[in-house]
Amino acid sequence: MEHQHSVVSPEITFEHHTSDEEFRKRVKKTTILLSVITIIELAIGLSIYTIHKGENPNAMLVLMFKGVVCILTLAKAYYIVSVFMHLGDEIRNMIMTIVVPLMLFIWFITAFIYEGNSYKNLRNKYDQHFKETTMPKKHGAESHEVKPAEKSGKE
Amino acid sequence: MSTQATVHQTKWWSGGKSPFNLEYGKLMMWYFLMSDAFTFGAFLISYGSIRFSQNFWPDPNVVFNAFPGAGHANLPLAFVSVMTFILIISSVTMVLAVHAGHKGDKQGVIKWLAWTIVGGLAFLGCQAWEWHHLITGEHAVLLDGKIQMIGQTTSMNPWGQLIEDNAALTAAINNTSHETLVQLIHSHDHTKSLEQLAAMPDTQLRGMIDIAEMHVREKGPVAFGGYFYGITGFHGFHVFSGVVINVIMLLMAQKDVFKNRGHYLMIEKAGLYWHFVDLVWVFVFLCFYLI
Repeated sequence: MEHQHSVVSPEITFEHHTSDEEFRKRVKKTTILLSVITIIELAIGLSIYTIHKGENPNAMLVLMFKGVVCILTLAKAYYIVSVFMHLGDEIRNMIMTIVVPLMLFIWFITAFIYEGNSYKNLRNKYDQHFKETTMPKKHGAESHEVKPAEKSGKE
Repeated sequence: MSTQATVHQTKWWSGGKSPFNLEYGKLMMWYFLMSDAFTFGAFLISYGSIRFSQNFWPDPNVVFNAFPGAGHANLPLAFVSVMTFILIISSVTMVLAVHAGHKGDKQGVIKWLAWTIVGGLAFLGCQAWEWHHLITGEHAVLLDGKIQMIGQTTSMNPWGQLIEDNAALTAAINNTSHETLVQLIHSHDHTKSLEQLAAMPDTQLRGMIDIAEMHVREKGPVAFGGYFYGITGFHGFHVFSGVVINVIMLLMAQKDVFKNRGHYLMIEKAGLYWHFVDLVWVFVFLCFYLI
């Protein structure tokens, strides 16, 4: 295979491009993987919808499903970045300069979700009007959700 | 400093070599994408924070249940899954374009870039339809003691909780305007045309309404619209600029710019950007449509 990188700069010697055969296999595998994960996510999304529609929505089950979807999404992101964007083929130091700063997201997500939740709890405690007007009613309020009122006329 | 890539026997940091053995432009594209990831991350986390601060949030399966040409059929997740697959496939065609570039295959680059552009435009078309459908939608909402037909905008959200208090609804129907009554009946009963209904007196129209059928809602959290249009709009803007970049790459490849330069590395950088757009969509899809 031709050595393209040397044209750009003599400093670049690291070549990670694979043979046609191997490349094709890898792309095919990743595409199938991404599609399968997406289909599983959609199936879980529809299950959540069905649970919500039911008589007694099981909050724990919904939460668990949502957690699974989050993990599947991270898996998808990993495959896109690592295979399609070839980050997995770069040298380790380079990978680390991208991945380590992204660790900030762990704090970022935790802190802001916690903050939002805490604000809700405080409002429910001290703002009765907010609580009464927004708290979902029990008894499966969405149970008649066969077909929400839709727009009429032009489509 | 030790690295995993010692197989190459390269002293990365002693000069004469690119530390990451990576072309400058590509490295900078990576750092740009990292900063862009933080921008999107901040938007999505802000959305999450607001969502966690609410007792009620609309169920995405109820909001996004329409499909072009399917009329009023209830098809949760169907259209957005089409959009997701369009982006995945266009990402794959971009990988193939980059690979063709590595081989110096001009025709391959042009072919796969063209398919990627088609995918990007298809996605933008889908998004335009979805926005239009949400904005022009007419959903029965109990507002100020009367029923109004409203769409999803940045200042109004029709996806509140279903109202099951029939007494309140009956009272609201008595305050509802003639136009709204006509729309309300027409959305459930297609035996009469809008003109026929409009010609009827209000009392007769009120008699035709079956309260249990109407699915009247309270207004939902206002922030929903702003976040949805803001974040999907920002993502759509990225898709649009990605399409523009890909078109430029296509024209440059066509005019032999890369061939004369001796390499197709520019395609690789455009490819990184395009994959990032797909990557962001994975998270937008998760936050707005799945959970």
